[in-house]
Amino acid sequence: MPARDSVSTAIRNRRATGQPALIAYITAGFPKREAFIQQLNAVGAVADVVEIGVPFTDPMADGTTIQRSSRVALEQGVSLRWILEELTRAEVKPPSPLLLMSYLNPLLAYGIEKLPEDAARAGIAGFIVPDLPFEESHELRTALEARGLALVQFVTPVTPSERMQMLCEGSSGFIYAVTMTGTTGKNVAVPEEVLEYFGRVKQVSPVPVCAGFGIRSREQVQRLTPFIDGAIVGSALVEVLERGEDPAKFLRSLRE
Amino acid sequence: MKHSLSKSEQQTLIANVQQDAYPDERGRFGPFGGRYIPETLVPALDRLQAGVDRYLRDPEFLREFHDELHNWVGRATPLTFARTLSEKWGAEIWLKREDLAHTGAHKINNSIGQVLLAKKLGAKRVIAETGAGQHGVASAAACARLGMPCTVYMGSIDMERQAPNVGRMKLLGATVVPVTSGDKTLRAAVDEALRDWVSDPNGTYYCLGSAIGPHPYPYIVRELQSVIGREARVQILERTGKLPDLVVACVGGGSNAIGMFHPFVKDTSVQMLGLEAGGSGSGLGQNAASIAYGTPGVLQGCFSLLLQDENGQIQETHSVSAGLDYPGVGPEHALLASIERVKYEAVSDDDALAALAECCAAEGILPAIESAHALAGAKRYALANPGKRILIALSGRGDKDMPTLQRTLLKDVL
Repeated sequence: MPARDSVSTAIRNRRATGQPALIAYITAGFPKREAFIQQLNAVGAVADVVEIGVPFTDPMADGTTIQRSSRVALEQGVSLRWILEELTRAEVKPPSPLLLMSYLNPLLAYGIEKLPEDAARAGIAGFIVPDLPFEESHELRTALEARGLALVQFVTPVTPSERMQMLCEGSSGFIYAVTMTGTTGKNVAVPEEVLEYFGRVKQVSPVPVCAGFGIRSREQVQRLTPFIDGAIVGSALVEVLERGEDPAKFLRSLRE
Repeated sequence: MKHSLSKSEQQTLIANVQQDAYPDERGRFGPFGGRYIPETLVPALDRLQAGVDRYLRDPEFLREFHDELHNWVGRATPLTFARTLSEKWGAEIWLKREDLAHTGAHKINNSIGQVLLAKKLGAKRVIAETGAGQHGVASAAACARLGMPCTVYMGSIDMERQAPNVGRMKLLGATVVPVTSGDKTLRAAVDEALRDWVSDPNGTYYCLGSAIGPHPYPYIVRELQSVIGREARVQILERTGKLPDLVVACVGGGSNAIGMFHPFVKDTSVQMLGLEAGGSGSGLGQNAASIAYGTPGVLQGCFSLLLQDENGQIQETHSVSAGLDYPGVGPEHALLASIERVKYEAVSDDDALAALAECCAAEGILPAIESAHALAGAKRYALANPGKRILIALSGRGDKDMPTLQRTLLKDVL
């Protein structure tokens, strides 16, 4: 099975148990570069899919938490090259599929020609690129597809319905359904119209639907559960790591 | 995404530029440009594109726009023959006086046009970023004029070095938000404005001040700023009966430069020279000269030339002028550089400040430090090529630079 299908399979398998899948985001090398693989394993022991964030100097879709974690990682010299080398070298890796979440420029600097092969060798199943809309994604998508890697698309509450269908059909792994217009990390109340929106995404999407941006509590996850296949936890998890708390315990608390 | 061009590709691009074929329907200037933004902004940019198609060539919109330019901005701005500089430099020096436009720089041409567009599109508020503060002041003024609430994002370092403009924005009714993230200058202000826009893509209009960002911004800014070059072309033909040998402008993001250059692109006898901020040297972090020292990449919505490290991380920049202190450049400049239609060079902080002093003493004009880069580049060219007719975009006045000038040129005087 191509690596990209391992992502949708992991999400569907968890959903079949009645619970939504958990997709956990960490910024690679935050707060400590030396603890990257150890942290990845701790998070991956609970999460069904792990998103590894490649830090970037200008994370325009991210709120203050991920801006901060990205800066700390960059100050320690974390780069895409280093992340892939660490992953390739690691003796123990989580059983859950791994995605790389990166803004486009670090990927371009690495080289789109060699990226898919190096990523596949490092055990990466796919990519999430928040500043790459579908219309500009042809080159990267083609390169990733050739190696069986996923390229996850986003939909948002302001996406028109025809476009929503196109994005869901063009996405692989899952569809990243943003809970709100805005940057990552805010708290979201999940009002009725948001639930209605997730219902619409679910109806047209051939891939699992995962909700992200502002997911912080078990109450939110429960309220969203009938409408989604998975929940994406980013800033809240980064804040747990920032405080030196146990990430696995926090992730379990969202599920139980 | 490709950037090294074969001879035949270059010929095609040159022919397309001559036919005014850019941006194409994908928002590309040859290989450069495009639209690299979060999905949340796609519908907002689609609406903006529809608004551009509907209004930017609409006679009624253009009538309103030109009425504001004439009766409120004070256009046409004069073309001044610089007698003393001409004598000293052994050339014929003509200054296009954007410093005499309302609010003191060319930025107002773009702001009044975009805020007019925002109103037509039904926006409830306008946001803007600013570096030197000129685009912030211009946007605050345009919003006051047209009755729109205005929020301006400004890096905390820039707020300090351009303090007079912060007060002006507040007087004009704008909310000024200090940006303390990232490099605390123009780039961080753009990031923060984008984050604001992502939070309210339906009600907010983002009035971008330079020829950068996702399509259609580089096109909008060029169209609204081209009034500079169109006027100057008519004026110099009227005064001298001839076109200039060289057209000169400073380039940060490149809005005054593209406004000056674009109407001359088809005049093949006219050479063009863009001057970037050479700062204190050619090393990474010492300058803001993206064409001279940059490599291709994607920043803040478009594919262009950037100052970045080998990992694609954007570099901190340095320039004595806040308005040029940006690690990227507009995609159309990247194209004009790649086909060598425009030559781009760097000017150091020191040379810019010296040219500023020389212009003050010789012509009784205090230019902005940004514009002084153009003067310094023109001087260098004039001394190497005697007897040429040189048209310089004097993009703004230097009153806003007094805090910096007190610390530099005036430090031993006062």
